[in-house]
Amino acid sequence: MRRLAILLPAAWLLATVLAPLVILATIATATPSDGVPPYAPLLDWSGGGLPRVTASADAWQLLVADGYYLRALLFSLRIAAISALGCLLVGYPLALAITRAPAGWRAPLLLLALLPFWTGFLLRINAWIGLLKEDGWVSAALHAAGLLPPGRALLYTDAAMYLGIIHAYLPFAVLPIYARLSRLDPALAEAAADLGATPLRSFLTVTLPLSMPGVWAGLALVFIPAVGEYVIPELLGGPQAQTIGRVIWQEFFANRDWPQASAVALVLVALLVLPAALVQRAR
Amino acid sequence: MRGSGRRLWALWLVPGYAFLYLPLALAVPLSFNDSRLVTRWTGFSWRWYGTLWQDAVLIDAALLSFRIAVLSATMALALGTLAGLALARFGRFRGRGAFVAGLSASLVMPDVVAGLMLLLLFVTLEQITGWPAGRGTLTVTLAHASLSVAYVAAVVQARLAEMPLDLEEAAADLYAPPAAVFLRVTAPLLAPALLSGWLLAFTLSLDDVVVASFTSGPGASTLPMVVFSQLRLGPTPEINALATVVIGAVTFALAAGGVLRRYGRRRHVMPGERST
Repeated sequence: MRRLAILLPAAWLLATVLAPLVILATIATATPSDGVPPYAPLLDWSGGGLPRVTASADAWQLLVADGYYLRALLFSLRIAAISALGCLLVGYPLALAITRAPAGWRAPLLLLALLPFWTGFLLRINAWIGLLKEDGWVSAALHAAGLLPPGRALLYTDAAMYLGIIHAYLPFAVLPIYARLSRLDPALAEAAADLGATPLRSFLTVTLPLSMPGVWAGLALVFIPAVGEYVIPELLGGPQAQTIGRVIWQEFFANRDWPQASAVALVLVALLVLPAALVQRAR
Repeated sequence: MRGSGRRLWALWLVPGYAFLYLPLALAVPLSFNDSRLVTRWTGFSWRWYGTLWQDAVLIDAALLSFRIAVLSATMALALGTLAGLALARFGRFRGRGAFVAGLSASLVMPDVVAGLMLLLLFVTLEQITGWPAGRGTLTVTLAHASLSVAYVAAVVQARLAEMPLDLEEAAADLYAPPAAVFLRVTAPLLAPALLSGWLLAFTLSLDDVVVASFTSGPGASTLPMVVFSQLRLGPTPEINALATVVIGAVTFALAAGGVLRRYGRRRHVMPGERST
């Protein structure tokens, strides 16, 4: 029983995480071809006798030489950082307000904050597209306020993309911040008030520093998935919003260049996944 | 001062919830709009629900997605529960570090990378062993199961970590074999975590468009894949109608769950125990 409980999931992880990583690294050094699948096998047995190795570093050379990939990566990191900050700015007051609500209200309020998460991600994007179109309500309101030139839409801009990402990832920021805030001893804030601190000062010197672990967790939970985000930049951002997720998608689906897509994916693994896995392992 | 400060929390909630619910608040009324445009109101109509009901492509895709979600969530539940059990109850077994690293790697793997990796895995497997033959429902199901195992493991491990060991130890002291301890003591106590783990896996599968696009094949388009290709052409009232149906179903499920829980709590009060 005990051995089975370890071996079964361990075998599954070997097959679905480690093996695909090895395959990814292998195909990143393969040569693209017109066949199915569209890359040449690494070992060429056609000469008879010993196989010929047909590895190629083309994908890696292009990755370094063409600034396109580096720009996409930096752009994605910036988007993820700004989105994480945005989620924090919207999510922190929300989480704090829920902890200040009467005890019986907290669970339903938290549920209400998580509910949109269960209603279909693409269905919400559909509604956002309708709102951000040139004649959509949000764009119309901005036209009326003079914040957006007439004839321009918010849709297919970076702003629309940020709005979509922050909306989609907000629950991931609210949950850890709320979890942390709700565990703080209310006596601490009361003591600060008794000693004459204004609410603002007691928040800045007591509540906020104590909630920082929740803040860092929330930032990480938004930042990490946002770096690889493909769907929102594709549907709400314009063609200029070339994120690394879109680059991998295009190399794979449009260019059918599997080695290049694999090389870019490996970079993302090295940057995001390896550090996270090593940190967890060390704990 | 204190009194007004205490009531301010309600004011702070307004902007956050307004932002969260803005798209939903738009989708529901506009699904009853007669116009083809999603921006102008021309009159009340059920026509988009009629369109939705007769959209065979969308309905087939929804049924397929539902099947994939149930199957993959069940697989992820089985494997993820074992993994959570191993992490929370088996101490420092050999290879534990690699085990944890593997699970957290799949938690933070970007969708695009996970989709590409799993597709390459299926293609390579097919080249070597002939299985799985081509891509389709089976490969999407396996891919979704692999996305969710780590989430289920995290939920189960967290619940086990806060669960006292004494009931399991008592059962073991009374000579229950380990499998019986798990099935008759641990599993019932774990039930809420198992349910939320399964629902999480189910939702992840039903919401996923990226991994499905990589690992699916001809004739196996999931609902998100169909909706995604429609969204590229622009928003439609039909998708708003679909959103309204989903919102209605989720609200109903939550309400039913709340009622059942209240009912269940009342039934489980033991004789002599004080009802709370």
